[in-house]
Amino acid sequence: MPVPILKQGHYLVASIQDALSDGEVLELQENLLKQIGEFRARGIIVDVAAMDVIDSFASRSLRTVALTTRLRGAEMVIVGIQPDVAFAMVRFGLYMDDINTALDLEEGLEFLDRWIAERADTDEG
Amino acid sequence: MQHDEVTLMQAPRTDGDDSCLPELVSHLRDNRTRLREEWAQRITDAQLLGAMSEEEIFSEVTSVFDKYVDTLETGSVESLQEYAEDLSERIIPRGVETHEVLGIVLLLRDVLARSLFQKYQENFELLNRVLDAYEPAANRIAVIVGVSFVHERERVIGQQQATIRELSTPVLQVRERLLALPIIGELDSQRAAQLTEQLLNAVRRNRARVVVIDITGVPSVDKNVANHLVQTVRACRLMGAAVLVTGLSSDIARTLVTLGVDLSMMDTVGDLQGGIEEAERLLGYEVRKAQAASPEDKG
Repeated sequence: MPVPILKQGHYLVASIQDALSDGEVLELQENLLKQIGEFRARGIIVDVAAMDVIDSFASRSLRTVALTTRLRGAEMVIVGIQPDVAFAMVRFGLYMDDINTALDLEEGLEFLDRWIAERADTDEG
Repeated sequence: MQHDEVTLMQAPRTDGDDSCLPELVSHLRDNRTRLREEWAQRITDAQLLGAMSEEEIFSEVTSVFDKYVDTLETGSVESLQEYAEDLSERIIPRGVETHEVLGIVLLLRDVLARSLFQKYQENFELLNRVLDAYEPAANRIAVIVGVSFVHERERVIGQQQATIRELSTPVLQVRERLLALPIIGELDSQRAAQLTEQLLNAVRRNRARVVVIDITGVPSVDKNVANHLVQTVRACRLMGAAVLVTGLSSDIARTLVTLGVDLSMMDTVGDLQGGIEEAERLLGYEVRKAQAASPEDKG
């Protein structure tokens, strides 16, 4: 089952419901990048709360989407990384130092709102 | 073949030796007072159980002696084992060491064996048979007492470690969405892992956005400790919480620079107060004195 991507105002929300195969990760990556252009989205939220494992392939793919999103003028935030998943990731050396993360969907939305507001400020200035 | 037969021939002899046991037991019972005193005396002479008074030693000696003889008689080790565990529980907090416990059990073995030598010195063959019955039983008892003591000690140590671990990593909520984690004591990998786990769970539970980790109480910070801290910081960030590390003393800071540990991804603030203030700023709090604030409000 492909990961559903919901449009929410200026944002796209992809809520991953299950463990993903590598193929599904690539499919998600492709769909997200396509839909940024289609909907002129300003931000993407990827909710990974349901994932028990985030392996090197998944984290690299998510990072690619985030960096690509940035090049297209939008920002991506990953939300809902579980405590043990976070711990496992740093132990395996999977860092996302340059990627935005937030606790949950609510925090993610707030982060994007703040990001857009800051950008508007600098644009005006 | 020949050898096997010899072994088989010997096997029934054990049964025969058991018949010596009642005699052995009654000998020990008859001489209870004398043997007990001799044993207690030898314990004192060997300067074992220094943590206990002579009266205490004597009363424990009496109990152990009786259990010892009971065990020889019945062959059932349970009551002795129970007593040994109970005794260990009482004497471990007083600092009695493993070598002392083994020492006193072996002393008892010697005292009893000597009394047997003395009694049966006329009849060498009978002495041998009595010893055949006595020695395996005595060895088994020595092993049981020693093992019980070590087990009990391990249990106590394990319990204490668990308590220390739990106490040593309190995650405190300072304000809404702001957690403080004062680390006190050495930070090894096991503790670092446990601490990170607790912190991450607390981040989720309290929906924390900023965490202040204070390491004023960490006596030494080397490459490993620094790497653990970096891992903790990264894991918190993955969950969307910013981390401030405070309390790096000038010595520790210099050591880290000399070691070449890269802490560029860690935000550090001098002391805990500074860290909390910075965290409040990040969260949008503005702290003012009540008195200073009131005239402004009026104006």
